[in-house]
Amino acid sequence: MGLFKDSKLITDPLADNNPITIQVLGICSALAITAELEASIVMSVAVLFVLGVGNVVISLMRNIIPSKIRIIVQLVVVATLVIIVDLVLKAFAYELSKTLSVFVGLIITNCIIMGRFEAFALANGAWRSFLDGLGNAAGYGLILVIVGFFRELLGSGTLLGIKVLGDPIEKTGAYAYGYENNGFMLLAPMALITLGIIIWIQRSRNNALIED
Amino acid sequence: MSKKTDSNLYTLLFAVGMVIVVGTVLAFFASFLKPNIDENKRLEKQQNILYAMGIHENEEGTVALISTDKVAAEFSKYIVKQLVIEGDKVTANDNAYLIDIKKEQTRAKEGKVRKLPLFLGKKDGKIYYIVPVRGKGLWDAIWAYVSMDENMTVQGIFLDHKGETPGLGANIKQRFFMDDFIGENLLNAANEFEGITVAKGNNDPKNLEKTDNEVDAIAGATITGDGVSAMIKSELSAYASYFIDLKKN
Repeated sequence: MGLFKDSKLITDPLADNNPITIQVLGICSALAITAELEASIVMSVAVLFVLGVGNVVISLMRNIIPSKIRIIVQLVVVATLVIIVDLVLKAFAYELSKTLSVFVGLIITNCIIMGRFEAFALANGAWRSFLDGLGNAAGYGLILVIVGFFRELLGSGTLLGIKVLGDPIEKTGAYAYGYENNGFMLLAPMALITLGIIIWIQRSRNNALIED
Repeated sequence: MSKKTDSNLYTLLFAVGMVIVVGTVLAFFASFLKPNIDENKRLEKQQNILYAMGIHENEEGTVALISTDKVAAEFSKYIVKQLVIEGDKVTANDNAYLIDIKKEQTRAKEGKVRKLPLFLGKKDGKIYYIVPVRGKGLWDAIWAYVSMDENMTVQGIFLDHKGETPGLGANIKQRFFMDDFIGENLLNAANEFEGITVAKGNNDPKNLEKTDNEVDAIAGATITGDGVSAMIKSELSAYASYFIDLKKN
């Protein structure tokens, strides 16, 4: 029974309690970095690491953190983990670290992370916090990957840099039939609209999510 | 109901302890990963230098540096000589590209003679003189690698920045801006060093006029543009005497 209950911690944020589409947290980074699928995936992995480990750390410390400075302690934990992620990216994925540069730093301000620390890890054990962290980061990552998939496909005609729709300059594949890339997809407004469509689909499938 | 974790002393000690632990962990990571990071930065410099002399993987409208697995070989193939200019002295140094421009600028400010690195590249029988420069943008550092021929006519430029505004100042590293510099001369009609000004309202948005010492500015990026002008003027003027000597001989 316990296992079943805990598994909801992972599955809930993937769908009916998704941090982006339902709680509308972490929107800023979801709009900013989803022009390419690869950046979306790396950002998701980075957040998964930070939120998973951060939740455990906060949860383990929850009884010794002085309540007066608990927000500062949370910030320090996130900042430390983010700097580690940044250093690792710089060491092993330099090109990517330049693309993501500011956004990796911005993980610190990602509301999902502080939100989960404050709402969950401070009140729950390490294992449950870990699951909660993974679940929420996965829910965030899922939306990022969906948005990134459509934006890269429709905006650049590529997926992970591979030209899946043919070559736009030499007019092969779909381009031979007059298909054009939609450059607008690469701009932030279309990320918002894509996100809106996802929210629309999700809410029309589950009426319980619609607020009055 | 006062808990022990609410006391001021506990809070203070907790904060101090946390800082020590976090500091240690980060210091460990930073020094552990430093060799990898330094290696990446070194390769990036080589990529940028090669970009300036036209060795890149650009497609239409994009900026693509040569890939990292090829860069070391291409660098030793195309860069035939690396020089360090120190006052009147010119010496060859195969690691001139590792000279830290920022440190040298500080040395110059302290009144010491600064080391000026210069790279000679050779492609299709033509010699390129490539110079690294560094200056200030709106928010943070900007830098560039400028390649010239012996008449100080720009053959290519690679501009980069640390934190200019995305969509505005950050556009200095876009093709449309960098390509504008190609063919511009750093000397004026009287053959004196003048630099290249990033100019608003020069009535030459397509940059067809190559002898006006001006390229068209980016709208909304005035201070970054001024930073580019100032950087080119102050940094490249230090090299002017080298090129004058070059012509005499």
